[in-house]
Amino acid sequence: MSKAFSNAKKGELFELKAELNSQSNSTRKEAVRKTIASMTIGRDVSGLFTDVLNCMQSPNIEIKKLVYLYIVNYAHTKPDLAILAVNSFVRDSEDPNPLLRALAIRTMACIRVDKIVEYLLEPLQRTLHDQDPYVRKTAAVCVAKLHAMNPELVQDQGMLDSLLDLLTDGNPMVVSNAVASLMDIAEYRPDFFKIDSPLVMKLLHALNECNEWGQVLLLDALAEYNPRNHDEADAIVERVTSRLQHANGAVVLAATRIVIANAEKLSSDEKRMNSLKKLTAPLISLLSANGEFQYVALRSIRIINQKYSFLFQNDVRVFFCKYNDPLYVKFEKVELLIALLDESNSSIVLQEMNEYASEVDMDFVKKSIEGIGRIALAHEASADKCVELLVALLKAGHDGVTDQAVVVLKNIFRSYPQRYLSVVEVICNNCESIGEPDAKASMIWIFGEYAEHIPQVVELLGELMEGFSTEPVSVQLQLLSAAVKVYLARGHEGKGLLESALRLSTKETYSTDLRDRGYAYSRLLSCGDEVARKVVMNERPAVSDTRGEMSADLQADLSRNMGKMSSLLMRKSASLRSPTAPPVLTVRDSDNLLSMGNDELLMIDDGPTDAIQGRENGSEQFLGTDDLIGALPSVANGSQPPQKDAKAGNLLDELFGAPGKRIDRQALERVEISFNSSGPGVSSSMLPVAPATAPARAQPLPPVDDILSLPATQPQK
Amino acid sequence: MVASAIFILDSKGKTLISRIFRGDVDADIAGDFCARVIDVDDESGLKPVFRVDSKQRTYAYVKYSNLYVVGVTMRNSNAAMLLEFLNKLVGVFKEYFKEVQEESIRDNFVIIYELLDEMMDFGFPQVSESKVLQQASRVPTPTKPAFVLEPLQYITQDYHVLEVPRPPVAVTNAVSWRSEGIKHSRNEVFLDVIEKVNIVISGNGSTLRSEILGSLMVKSLLSGMPDLKLGLNDRLQLSEAGKNRREKSVDLEDIKFHQCVRLSKFESDRTISFIPPDGEFELMSYRLNMQVRPLVWVDAVIELKATRVEYLVKVRSQLKPRCVANNVQIRLPVQLDADTPSFKCSSGKYKYVPAKDELVWTIKQLKAGRELVMRGRFNLPSIGENQERDNATKRPITVSFEVPYFAVSGLQVRFLKVMEKSGYRALPWVRYITQAGDYQIRIV
Repeated sequence: MSKAFSNAKKGELFELKAELNSQSNSTRKEAVRKTIASMTIGRDVSGLFTDVLNCMQSPNIEIKKLVYLYIVNYAHTKPDLAILAVNSFVRDSEDPNPLLRALAIRTMACIRVDKIVEYLLEPLQRTLHDQDPYVRKTAAVCVAKLHAMNPELVQDQGMLDSLLDLLTDGNPMVVSNAVASLMDIAEYRPDFFKIDSPLVMKLLHALNECNEWGQVLLLDALAEYNPRNHDEADAIVERVTSRLQHANGAVVLAATRIVIANAEKLSSDEKRMNSLKKLTAPLISLLSANGEFQYVALRSIRIINQKYSFLFQNDVRVFFCKYNDPLYVKFEKVELLIALLDESNSSIVLQEMNEYASEVDMDFVKKSIEGIGRIALAHEASADKCVELLVALLKAGHDGVTDQAVVVLKNIFRSYPQRYLSVVEVICNNCESIGEPDAKASMIWIFGEYAEHIPQVVELLGELMEGFSTEPVSVQLQLLSAAVKVYLARGHEGKGLLESALRLSTKETYSTDLRDRGYAYSRLLSCGDEVARKVVMNERPAVSDTRGEMSADLQADLSRNMGKMSSLLMRKSASLRSPTAPPVLTVRDSDNLLSMGNDELLMIDDGPTDAIQGRENGSEQFLGTDDLIGALPSVANGSQPPQKDAKAGNLLDELFGAPGKRIDRQALERVEISFNSSGPGVSSSMLPVAPATAPARAQPLPPVDDILSLPATQPQK
Repeated sequence: MVASAIFILDSKGKTLISRIFRGDVDADIAGDFCARVIDVDDESGLKPVFRVDSKQRTYAYVKYSNLYVVGVTMRNSNAAMLLEFLNKLVGVFKEYFKEVQEESIRDNFVIIYELLDEMMDFGFPQVSESKVLQQASRVPTPTKPAFVLEPLQYITQDYHVLEVPRPPVAVTNAVSWRSEGIKHSRNEVFLDVIEKVNIVISGNGSTLRSEILGSLMVKSLLSGMPDLKLGLNDRLQLSEAGKNRREKSVDLEDIKFHQCVRLSKFESDRTISFIPPDGEFELMSYRLNMQVRPLVWVDAVIELKATRVEYLVKVRSQLKPRCVANNVQIRLPVQLDADTPSFKCSSGKYKYVPAKDELVWTIKQLKAGRELVMRGRFNLPSIGENQERDNATKRPITVSFEVPYFAVSGLQVRFLKVMEKSGYRALPWVRYITQAGDYQIRIV
């Protein structure tokens, strides 16, 4: 730091210091104001602590508030000086003006300095029994503040009991703050505070009198209660239902959460249906809020819809996107449209999705095209219509649209092999306009797969092969696989293609992934065409789409936490434990995704990713994951392949490195995942890779898959 | 349980306000937010709620004009509550400073800290009624009411607060939205029934979705603690009251009430009874999911020729006789590179707005049953197809208008009874208006 600059800063502080010690009230006030302004923008003004403290004596409540704000901010950096403020706080806590009493304890409890805590005890005890409700409601919260700093102290002083006493206070705001405070403490010690049924009745009663925030706090607490019998559940739901008419969306959602949680415990089916049906209209009304809150509402609807889809089945039109919706709202709406599609509305939904496919925003366009594809996978009756729309989009030939359409069609081909042969021709005719690596890889996979049906396939691939070295690894891998397939399908005709593919991928590449696969193929082919055909042309596990459905377990957890952070992130609540609890499982980047496959992770980013899963047992994990990767462009387009390669390399080392090391199934699967991660999710023909090379070094090979039990011949070299 | 900290950033990510409520977060909370929201190029991944796992923080934010109003929490907090609170916060700022912008936030940071102090304690929202807050924070004597309107002036001027403020009874009262002892010389209530029509019409003229969002705005100028009862021609309310079915009624799909309305009473017998706050507030909002015939119908044919683009636009009022649509504005999308507009309209004015790539046709009054035509063209400098140019015409046509003395849903206020213990008579005034909300017509 240059000298001039630091001097300038010092000068400013110096000036402030002088002003703070001025005799004039107005100068001092202005100085405090300036100090707070500096504090706000992150400048360190802690050096002025004593000077600001001096202003505390001012009778002007405005200055007082500012000084308190300053103290709260810096006390922990100057604990010794903060003590000097104590006297003033304690005095204020006895002031005849309730506003000052409340202000004093509120501020004092915010100072996270051990020594001060001791001085807080006496005033806090006193204010908990203050005659003014405004002070009591502030004191109630202070107990939670104190507990966060020093739990033992709170317990020793019997403050928890005083807090519990406040639950029977006559003032609703005091009750709601006491409840909030208790719930907050209960996060640290779940055993200490349980809501029992007399309390529930009391809270339900207080609900009518609280202001909106008090209502949310009470409803949040009520949601934790598990009714003992039908009657209780009936009573709770009945009382809570009226809250659905509240103007505050948070109240509505909190009430919804309680209705859903208790729905199964209601005394009759009729009651259950009635209370659930009352949710539809209020939830849909939340969609007229601003974008941010719409997002909350839509995510909640998604969670409810999985279990009680009849609630929204007739209202599919309200989820149609408006032109000016924020993108995240549009994405949620599309998710819901996909989930709500059935026989009765499939034509209007598809028509609407098709409309979105010609919008301006490319991300939205892609999402809708992908949506059409997912509908084709999930709802077989609509598949024909979907393919028809996709082909039309393909023919329209807009940048990006074509690309996405091909990627999506690839999945459809996987699901309905040999059904849409005529589409292959359209793709061939439009191959010029396909540019993105993802789309290219998909197109090449289709070429390879349908080699028998494309007369000009050798020429097409030959042209693509010319640019081999400039393509990202994901495309190279597909070119290699396609070349093998063409050779196997067309025999001699494809030999030139195969040779150049093998040469390029084994000799002229730095990618371990590609090289390994190249060698694997060449060894496989050396076993004879028949064996190779058996492996490569093997029937592939089909992909399906569960339309964003989550596991029942996750769904239950999310609806228990409806409107809370975890449900919006679509993650289990346990993963968002409070910092005091050990962190459970955190996932930050796609890298971690590769090695894990549970539903919780797959829900991290919504989209198709969580949904596409293989029908076959064994491959479920790998397909899920590889499609996940396929949908994360940053990974799939090869911008990160070095990482992926390194990972694959490591795993292979682990697998092959030590001779005689036992290969377990898990390790193999991990390798598959790494392999496929760089492809567009079409390379199940690569399953034999590991075993084909494995016998070279690792002897005891347990039968892992039916493919793996192929004759394991030694390489002839 | 709710927020560990609330902060406000400007569009470049500079902290304007930062209030930490809990000790579990440190000062660098804004940095992560900037990295995840403000400094990202690709906006497609933005969501109003996101988590920074490495620090176990979850952020929720609301964007308002060029500001980010952000809450951060370490727990599995109630996100709906947090977002709603942030919205309310902006609402309170609006009432205090009129415009909520970088500048007004910067200028009023003292007041904002005070407000935050009163509105949230340890992350729990407390009060968000601006009228009550105005009393709770630093309220000077009632002889200086000017401060309510001009808080700015109050801050910059230095005058001594003669009377030490006390907490308003209302904060902890059961009627937290109204203080006692309010006096008005004329006791009047104004009711505005405002209905917005949201409609999306497809290119071929069929209505894809339509809904009516209504709201009942009340301006209450009543003394004391009046108890009000409102009668609507809501079908359920009528049948509950045993009225005959011949009276016209509407089916309100969903109603949301201001917190002053006794919800339990409404739930039991559909009576809307309440003690109103003083001044203006939204008493209720409602939604009707009904198929509305487009009140104003627009049909546009946009033909792209080699060097020009031709427009033929027709607008027709489909209102009931004697109804008039005022200030009709039809916004038509225009290609990016279009120039030299030349149009003729049978009525009204047209204006080309290049900044928005729009052609706006304004008609002062459109009477029932009238049909007007506008035709003309733009020149295009380049020929041939162009993706970007095409995109321009993918936007829908949007229409705005107002129809006074008319509620499209057919809702009527049957009565508004005012009861106060002093027994004064109050005059209720009712007004109806229908507006175009999100009124979009897609182009073929």
